[in-house]
Amino acid sequence: MWQWLKQLYHRMGSPKWFYEITERWIPWLAIVAGVTAVVGLVLGLLYAPADYQQGDSFRIIYIHVPAAILAQSAYMMMAVAGAVYLIWRMKMAAWVAKVIAPIGASFCLIALLTGAIWGKPTWGTWWVWDARLTSMLMLLFLYFGVMAIQQAMESEDGSYKAAAILALVGVVNIPIIKYSVEWWNTLHQPATLTLTEKPSMHPDMLWPLLIMLVSTYVLFALLVILRTRNEILWHERKRSWVKKMMES
Amino acid sequence: MSLVIATVKRDFILAARNPGEWANPLMFFLMVAALFPLAVDPDPTFLSKIAGGVIWVAALLATLLSLDSLYRADVEDGSLEQCLASGESMYAMVLGKALVHWCISGLPLTLVSPLLGLMLHLPDEAYIAMVLSLAVGTPILSLLGSVGAALTASLSSGGLLLTLLILPLYIPVLIFAASAVYHAGIGMAYNGQIAMLGAMLALAIALTPFAAAAALKLNLSR
Amino acid sequence: MTPAKGANQVNLQARALYCERDDRQLFADLSFSVCSGDLLQLAGPNGAGKTTLLRLLAGLNHDYTGDVTWHDQPLQHVYSEYAHQRLYLGHLSAVKKSLTPLENLRWLMASEVPNEDQLWGALEEAGLAGFEETPCQHLSAGQQRRVALARLCITQLPLWILDEPFTALDKEGVAWLEQKMQKQVNRGGAVIITSHHALEGIHGLRQLTLGGAV
Repeated sequence: MWQWLKQLYHRMGSPKWFYEITERWIPWLAIVAGVTAVVGLVLGLLYAPADYQQGDSFRIIYIHVPAAILAQSAYMMMAVAGAVYLIWRMKMAAWVAKVIAPIGASFCLIALLTGAIWGKPTWGTWWVWDARLTSMLMLLFLYFGVMAIQQAMESEDGSYKAAAILALVGVVNIPIIKYSVEWWNTLHQPATLTLTEKPSMHPDMLWPLLIMLVSTYVLFALLVILRTRNEILWHERKRSWVKKMMES
Repeated sequence: MSLVIATVKRDFILAARNPGEWANPLMFFLMVAALFPLAVDPDPTFLSKIAGGVIWVAALLATLLSLDSLYRADVEDGSLEQCLASGESMYAMVLGKALVHWCISGLPLTLVSPLLGLMLHLPDEAYIAMVLSLAVGTPILSLLGSVGAALTASLSSGGLLLTLLILPLYIPVLIFAASAVYHAGIGMAYNGQIAMLGAMLALAIALTPFAAAAALKLNLSR
Repeated sequence: MTPAKGANQVNLQARALYCERDDRQLFADLSFSVCSGDLLQLAGPNGAGKTTLLRLLAGLNHDYTGDVTWHDQPLQHVYSEYAHQRLYLGHLSAVKKSLTPLENLRWLMASEVPNEDQLWGALEEAGLAGFEETPCQHLSAGQQRRVALARLCITQLPLWILDEPFTALDKEGVAWLEQKMQKQVNRGGAVIITSHHALEGIHGLRQLTLGGAV
């Protein structure tokens, strides 16, 4: 097991290997993402029963919840990739961390926008300082910080390392921010209608959500792979294997 | 350790020679707080309700303002390079610099805050909570801020960027500190919030110097 | 901390150094050693990588391949020990404008803990007598440089690494600095410097030219 992990690590460190192996994965990932998205949306929008309180407007959770979950785990993945670069100087990890930032921020923005759209019929207003929405907003600010420092540093290596340090500081802070925002929220707005906190979701409602979750993760993987491949081509443009590929 | 102690002494002398370093954020603190009655409502009952929050927001912004210069001068004149070349622990160095920063920013803010309390009609019961929350909370601001200052030390337009990087990290401090002041004002217990701030301070002392030291090394490797 | 004089205090080895910046190779397969009594001058045109190599030898730059050893131990493993044996003076002199030469020197020498007499003596030797308590912003560039160089009058460290130490110095200053380096070499220390200045007069001088033919 350990040997296998070590081997995998060395392979992942090789841009050429990554580029070649993902070539084969891309169509499959695209198919899985597409099929699960269609199935999930059709089940969620057409077959799942309407919510007894919120009616049909609750169906936006099939976008909102996966986007929100993904935005949070993408930040973790970015920080882990950054740490791998800081500790083992693996270039691939730096590129992966770099490409995750805008993708994660986009999902975070989607979660916020769908949250606002959902808020209108539910609360009668676009924005409520709900604990979840507020923590998502803070997460978006953290993403902005990482992207801003990536842009600002002059040397490429510096931008990777600075972004990694900031992302790691952010990871330690995310639970504290989440906890403090939730605590603050219970203080200021004693339990109105929370968006997603259902004691038990009907299975017909839950299944499409799980399928959409899978679909979002696969889509995320696909986007990260595609963008990482671009980074590889750009950084390895002077290497013979890229030149050879470009000529043929 | 001798270099860390020498650096702390040197930074105090520097602050004494350049009073703007500590006086400007202090004046900013007073001015920003004066804006709220003018912009929102001078009514005493309204002001007494928001006073704690306003004072904390002003303290937070004043701290951010003073952070930009924390490492920039040292990077530019080469003295940070000397610290690194000395082989002394950068962890201790960061803690020493953060201590000086707190003494010239957070501590004066804490000391003049009762004046702002008067101007903003802070309820009498809330003064102790305000001073206590500032005394425990502003060192966290200095420590977290030193990470941002270290990351942006070699950037020409670092000031605004520093604010962007650090503000989200300040949210928990702001929430608990402002709530401590507010609860004291309405006669409720606030020791839980102060304890949370204390816990955050302990965490910040333990962890932020690692990040700041790594960021400083990064600024010097070229 | 003071090493026995005459002993082989300096043993810095570089093997197969390779370094590139922005896809441009600065130097490759560079091997040399610096021992007691050596004065190594890194020469070469601007942009040849002199400062990069100097910082690398000082243990401040890790972006290279190859080995640098201090008494046969990899530099990065014994860094804090090494840092207490070598004096590094960068092209930025770390002199604070609002402090006096005395205060600056006290900070610069903090890790060797000199007494006040040594500090005053060093400033006098560096040609700053009478300026000890004038804030450095009122001093000329050359005088500020001398504040940083006054360290060389006190330090007992066996290895000096100096980046362009002659910058902004007048003729007398140059002669004084050359003499300081000669003394350091004679007492069994070693000096590595980058400079465009011709140093022929010094005994034990070796040159390493970077750029073009390495």
